[in-house]
Amino acid sequence: MRPAPDRPLLSVRGLGKRYGAQTGCLDVGFDLWPGEVIGVVGESGSGKTTVLNCLSGRVGADAGRVEYAARDGRVVDVLREDESARRRLLRSEWGLVHQNPRDGLRMGVSAGANVGEPLMALGARHYGGIRGQALDWLAQVEIGLDRIDDLPETFSGGMLQRLQIARNLVTRPRLVLMDEPTGGLDVSVQARLLDLLRGLVAELDLSAVIVTHDLAVARLLAHRLIVMRGGEAVESGLTDQVLDDPQHPYTQLLVSSVLHP
Amino acid sequence: MSRYNFAYLDEHTKRMIRRAILKAVAVPGYQVPFGSREMPLSYGWGTGGVQVTASVIGPDDVLKVIDQGADDTTNAVSIRKFFERTAAVRTTTRTDEATLIQTRHRIPETPLRAGQILVLQVPIPEPLRWLEPREAETRTMHALEEYGVMYVRLYEDITRHGKVAQTYEYPVLVNGRYLMRPSPIPKFDNPKLDGNPALLLFGAGREKRIYAVPPHTRVRSLDFDDHPFEVEHWERPCALCGARGVFLDEIIMDDKGGRLFVCSDTDFCARRQAAGQTSGDRP
Repeated sequence: MRPAPDRPLLSVRGLGKRYGAQTGCLDVGFDLWPGEVIGVVGESGSGKTTVLNCLSGRVGADAGRVEYAARDGRVVDVLREDESARRRLLRSEWGLVHQNPRDGLRMGVSAGANVGEPLMALGARHYGGIRGQALDWLAQVEIGLDRIDDLPETFSGGMLQRLQIARNLVTRPRLVLMDEPTGGLDVSVQARLLDLLRGLVAELDLSAVIVTHDLAVARLLAHRLIVMRGGEAVESGLTDQVLDDPQHPYTQLLVSSVLHP
Repeated sequence: MSRYNFAYLDEHTKRMIRRAILKAVAVPGYQVPFGSREMPLSYGWGTGGVQVTASVIGPDDVLKVIDQGADDTTNAVSIRKFFERTAAVRTTTRTDEATLIQTRHRIPETPLRAGQILVLQVPIPEPLRWLEPREAETRTMHALEEYGVMYVRLYEDITRHGKVAQTYEYPVLVNGRYLMRPSPIPKFDNPKLDGNPALLLFGAGREKRIYAVPPHTRVRSLDFDDHPFEVEHWERPCALCGARGVFLDEIIMDDKGGRLFVCSDTDFCARRQAAGQTSGDRP
């Protein structure tokens, strides 16, 4: 076992974002420890994605503080870091998996180039080396190696999502932000993807924030849960605890709404 | 002639363009926006180059204009005539005689020297344009030196064709900092950009951008470690002057597949022929 870390990888305090009169999220805070997966659940419009977008800097937060313990030991004030340093951090230590893989992939270039691009962005300049790593990662996400030169256009939805995951993990990030990674996939493909994700997270010792409305996904992947409603975190705790013994009326409603076939 | 200001543009416009040029020289490879004017020439025919030339030309300059390497093509003749009429400058076809050369598609074979200015006409200045459609985003990418995506294009070329198939507008990194599209010159001419003793100015009229490679600036063509940058080469020498190691144009001679490869730089070829070189000789 590795020694207990002395500080969280990501520390979020009082995160807030307003869209005019609308509340995006309000006073959201949590700590993400190395190797931990946090699930953010809630209905559509509850502010889950806003939280994720504020973390990744795609949306500027109005309030709060996000601290990230970088690989080199520095503590980065993510929201106040200048853009070049933040983008560099995003490229080298973070991954971002979009709900729609088309948002996270370059559809006009081959699968190999999609996986290789983050490496090239970090300065890899050896074609053979880049291709080798791309092949390696395609194998890890269970995409046939003969598909490396095919355009993503020719891939199925599940393959696209796995390709996006390969593209995100090729740089060996420490933190991955995922927005509904299984959204829009049919149930059997979802199960396979979840299996894969769970294996990769454990194997690579990843920390992740996973936004999902699907409690089954949260149950499988997340160690801890944050339940959001109307932009606020109404309940948080260990996944099993929150799902099996929900305290907040909204969480109770959420849990009881799930169909059990 | 007297109805025009010297070199057609009014003095205020020239000042504005000269300021843009100074900034471009100060930051090699950086695209400086400027207030491009309507010129008596359609877009795509060298409006950017003409404005840069008009702003730097003086009464003592000797002007040469090249189009596709030749001095006698329509565009070259028209632009040369334009400056003969509006600036009454001396013109020439000889690279070594000229102090100012406006060109499209080629850098002359005759090496340039210190003191000369080469003005290149640029259709699309942004090297990242077909990879990233948003102008705001490409500017950010330049500002933050995020050029990884350019390598994606080279990667795709090697994957599909076994080598980088881009033969013109081959992307370069200027002074180790800015990614630059070197106008539609063949990649054959890319090595001439590196450390050139002349001042190289690039003008894009429609896109309203000016950029520059000052004398003796490092210009590196992008490549992979295991797929180094290469220029085109031809198996046969020029059919007219016998020159090797120069850029050759293919000329179709008949409809039976007859073809001839001759120098694209007409001035270079003509002077070699005048000096008694023929295809039988070896340079």
